[in-house]
Formats: sequence, structure tokens, C-alpha cells
Amino acid sequence: MADPVLSVKNLAVEFDTYGGTVQAVRGVDFDVERGKTLAIVGESGCGKSVTVQSIMGLTPMPPGRITSGSAMMGDIDIIGRKTINGEDIRGSQIGMIFQDPMTSLNPTMNIGSQIAETLIVHRGYSSKQAFARAIELLDMSKIPEAAKRAKQYPFEFSGGMLQRAMIAMAIACEPPILIADEPTTALDVTIQAQILDLLMELQRNNGMSIILITHDLGVVARMAEHVLVMYAGQIVEHGPVDEIFYRSGHPYTMGLRAAMPTNDPNAEQRLTPIDGSPPDLFHPPVGCGYFARCPHAMRICAEQPPQAHQLSAAHAAKCWLHHEANTQQVAQINLRDHAGEEPS
Amino acid sequence: MSDLVQIENLVKYFDIGPDQRVHAVDDISLTIGEREIVGLVGESGSGKSTLGKAVVGLHDKTSGTVKYRGELLPQKYTPHDFQTHATRMQMIFQDPYSSLNPRMTVGEIIGEGLKLHSGLDTAKVREQVGDWLERVGLEADHMSRYPHEFSGGQRQRIGIARALILEPEFVVCDEPISALDVSVQAQVVNLLDELKQTMGLTLLFIAHDLSMVRYVSDRMAVMYLGSLVEIGPADEVFFRPKHPYTQILVGSNPEADPKRERSRPSTAIQGEIPSPVNVPPGCRFANRCPEVMPTCHSETPTLITLKDVTAGKSPRQVACHLFNSDTLN
Repeated sequence: MADPVLSVKNLAVEFDTYGGTVQAVRGVDFDVERGKTLAIVGESGCGKSVTVQSIMGLTPMPPGRITSGSAMMGDIDIIGRKTINGEDIRGSQIGMIFQDPMTSLNPTMNIGSQIAETLIVHRGYSSKQAFARAIELLDMSKIPEAAKRAKQYPFEFSGGMLQRAMIAMAIACEPPILIADEPTTALDVTIQAQILDLLMELQRNNGMSIILITHDLGVVARMAEHVLVMYAGQIVEHGPVDEIFYRSGHPYTMGLRAAMPTNDPNAEQRLTPIDGSPPDLFHPPVGCGYFARCPHAMRICAEQPPQAHQLSAAHAAKCWLHHEANTQQVAQINLRDHAGEEPS
Repeated sequence: MSDLVQIENLVKYFDIGPDQRVHAVDDISLTIGEREIVGLVGESGSGKSTLGKAVVGLHDKTSGTVKYRGELLPQKYTPHDFQTHATRMQMIFQDPYSSLNPRMTVGEIIGEGLKLHSGLDTAKVREQVGDWLERVGLEADHMSRYPHEFSGGQRQRIGIARALILEPEFVVCDEPISALDVSVQAQVVNLLDELKQTMGLTLLFIAHDLSMVRYVSDRMAVMYLGSLVEIGPADEVFFRPKHPYTQILVGSNPEADPKRERSRPSTAIQGEIPSPVNVPPGCRFANRCPEVMPTCHSETPTLITLKDVTAGKSPRQVACHLFNSDTLN
């Protein structure tokens, strides 16, 4: 990939708990392309939030510990750093919005001042300049009567409006990367559509890259160019959005698709749940993490971790089915199990 | 199909101060047939849960009636009424974390209703609890554990076992899958479907995931700000929505299909659901409706049944001034 804005290599994160050490992220590599949207999907507990939080330096340490890996922005590894060339990474280089805007904002400060604070700290604005800019940012985030709303407090905002205010704050310093961690999970579908439209419009206008963390494949389909599928702390498959949906390479990705109803009036197929639950990350399995739930599991899957097999230029899956010895079997599996159909 | 539950002009207001009341459910009429699954969708604050709770008696009714097999249910339930009706009507709650008592074992949680209503001795109750744990995909020896030892999906199964152990005929499922991961949602939906087949359950299925509601339900009802705006066969409402609000709701629902998503125009609706405290006269959707007309601000539309040439289907009803009883479905 040419000139990624962020390049993460071999990231691993552990947490010490009373029950032992949890290996939450176990060797993750990915690149974020300039001006594009990268989606990270997976079930709760798969490590998607921990991945981005440790890049941002938001993982509490202790109990957290980054045991290996790098995250390069240009020539600089931002893991463990707070600043690049004197500028704070958080806010200036990477903005972030969270799932729950209600608890992410300070209830005792008005919205405008919270946004202005970012500009005062990172950009050295005077408080008057900063507040004026905050109103412009709220307006850009499609908050009606921005000047009046800026003086209000979080409790006076609805959930959708708070998320807009969070977006205004995150883009205040025009960071090249915006991390959106389940930005619409707490919102109704109609409000979700508004927020997704807003994010796409902002991306078109200022060319920022978005890292979108979600478990909703519908949101991924609407927003993403490239997708990472995470399972048990690892990326099991990654690729361009169309290839992930129409030519899934990993049984877990196929399983996720088959567990969701399709909006096809003629398809009366039964939902196929993924039986069982994710592995215990106190003692991650030796082989493939999905082994215990995988309908295509073989003996080797329990014994050796699968390597990433390149399925096309930008599409790879970590699964033994793609080993040369198995290619015929894979063709059959795809015919039988594929929940996604590419519309002609 | 005979009618099991008949809701007529049901109203539930909450008083929140002098001359101020929340119009949570405002004049809703809905009939649920035996062995039918009716999906109820709408944004948060539209009154879905209040309607569900009022039907099973967890909220007193401000006015209106609910009939069960033609028998009028009480306006306000006394403990005795709950005793009578709990064996026929049950509820599965949204949040599997807060709806299970953390100080009770799973066996006590599931068995409590049975102990109260059936008069069985402790050994028999334990036996049935064990059976039910296995029916919902857990293990009989889980009954001595506490809720915190289970994952969200497992807790939701415990909630299902608790509701179904009395073998009710009618169950209100209030967002039973919203808190669960995709892979687990399918497990719970398939379980409900299987139990519907074997026990002949009738369900009022409340959810905001439209694709899932279409998949689960026979009919779909759409609520907006306390009133029903559209109801009809699930596939028809989903694929050929009539009411402008339903069109927007369905249009906002992202599909797990990147090519279709990229070509789909933005249907984002302006504004948000207004406060249910001071409800304006006329159509409640008027201030956000893309097809608003002058009458919408003054006259309240009522549910009218569209003319249907294909006989035998359940009719489509829409509450919107764009339609009248001569409009073809």
C-alpha cells in the first residue's frame, strides 16, 4: 500500500488481572490509507477497541502492557509517545469518538467550551477565538442553532446531538486520522444514518482517514473501503470491502454473514448461528483461535496457528483451508456456505 | 387464525408534573392472532416497551382495554391478577444484566414462578428447571450458579427459560437480542422460533433491528411517538413501506451488502423524534415528514385499511393523509 498514514506492525497487548494475564491483542498488523475508511469488525471481547486504544495511548498501564509492536506515522513510532514534533498525538494527529457520548463529555461544562478547550490546548487559540471556532465546528457537524447550542450543557442534548458534538470536538484540530469506536451503536437507525452521512461528508471535505470499529456489518458495507475481521485478538481476515463480503476467505467471516438475516425477499434460509463462544484469552489456543467453533476444522487447526494466505493483492485470510493442499476443498466450501451473493 | 390478544384504544400517560404528561402510548389498537409473531418497531422513545408492558399488566392502563381470548383484562393489576395471568402471559426483558437478581441462583430465578404457580414440590421444580436449562441450550447443573457466571447470550437464555417454564401462550419479548453479538443473536432467534413451533407460542416481538424483525415476524407494526403509523404483513411493510416514516425507517437500515449500500441514496431524515410531553395536534410526524401537507398539521390521521385485491392476506393499515380507504395496497 502506497504511503499509509498509519502503519501498525505486530501489535500485542496483555492485561494483568486477578485471574491471570489476558492476551487481548495477539500480533496485529494493518495499514490505514490516506483519506479512506478502514473498518475493524468482530464480536465483543475480540480486541478491536484495545487495538486502537493502545495505539492512542489510552490503555491503562498497568494493568495493561504493550508487549510488542509499532505504529508508524511517517517515520515515527507513536507507541508510548505523547507527541510528534511537539504536537500532541491525541487530538492533533488522531481524533477519537466513542460509543457512548453521554459519558464521554463533561457534564459540568457547556458544549462549546469543551470543544474550545481542544483548540486552546493544541492550537494555542485565545478562549474567544476558540469558542467562535467551536460554533463553526458545531455548525459543520449539522447542529442547528449552533451559537445557542454551544452554550448548552450535555444534558440538554439528545444522544444524536451529543455524538455530533463529539465529532465536532474530534475534528477541531483537523487530525489526519479519526478513530470512531462504535459511533452509532447507541443510536436509532434514523440517527445512525445521519451520523454516518456526516462522517462521510467530513471525510470528503477534509480528506481524513477513518478507523471505524463496529460489529454491524451493515455499517461496514455503507462506510468502509477496507475491512479487518478480528477474532480472539488476531486479524483473521482483511481485504477490500467487496472481497470480504462477496468472497469471504475465513470461516468466521462466513459465519458472521450466515448469522444475519439477508434483506432478500426470496431467501427464506434459516439463520445459522455460530455455536459455542470465543476462546479463553487467558490461555489462547495453540492453533487457530476459531478452531473450536469452526465447521471446517481439521486436525492441523488445533495444532499449528495458520499463516496468512494471500487470496488477492490486498486480501488475505489466516486459515489452513487456503494451504495448497486444500484448495479444492475451499472451492466447495465457498459454493455451499457462502451467505453473501454479489448482485449482478 | 383466531384472535388471542385484542388491544383496543390503549392509552398510557405518565404524569410528570402539573399539567404535564408523557404521551407514551396514545390510542393504540392492535390484534394479535393465535400463534402469530407480531414485530413492533420504532425509534427509542416511541412507546414500544410501554405498550408491551401495559399489555402484560406491568403498567396500569390510563384508558382503553386489552382482551385475552375475549376476556377483559384488568385496568390495574392486583397481586392476585398477576397470579392469575402470569401462567398465560410472560415477558422477556431487554437487558440480560439487570433483569436477573444477582443474589439468586439460576435455579431459584427460573424455578420461582413455577414454585408459586404450580404448587409442585422442590424436587419436581428442580427437575423442570433442569429440563428447561437444557431446552434453552444450557446445562442442568448450571442451576446452582449465579447470573454473573454467565455471558450475555447465556443470561438471555436464562431470561427465556424463566419466562417459558410456566408454558405461557403469549410472550412479550422486549428487545431480546439487542444486547447480544451477531452470532449469539441468531442462536436466540432460532431458539424462539423452535419454541414457537413446539409450544405454539404467540409473540409480540419488540426490536429496533428491522432486518431481524422482518425475519422473525409474521406481521410488522411501526410506532412513532406513541401511535401506530403502519401495520401489515412483515415482508410488505419492509419491502413496500407506505407511510413516509416507515419508508425513512426502512431506508435508514444499512444492509450488509456493500454494492447496494454504495448505490443507495442517503435517506437520512432531518431532525429527531420530538418530545412526547407536549404532542402537537395533527399528525405527529408532520414536522419531519418529507411529504407534509397543510391538513397534516391540523387533523390527526387514523389507521385506515388499504384496499387489497389479493384476498386471504392480513390487511395493510396506514395512518397517513396520503392514503384513503380506496388506495390500493
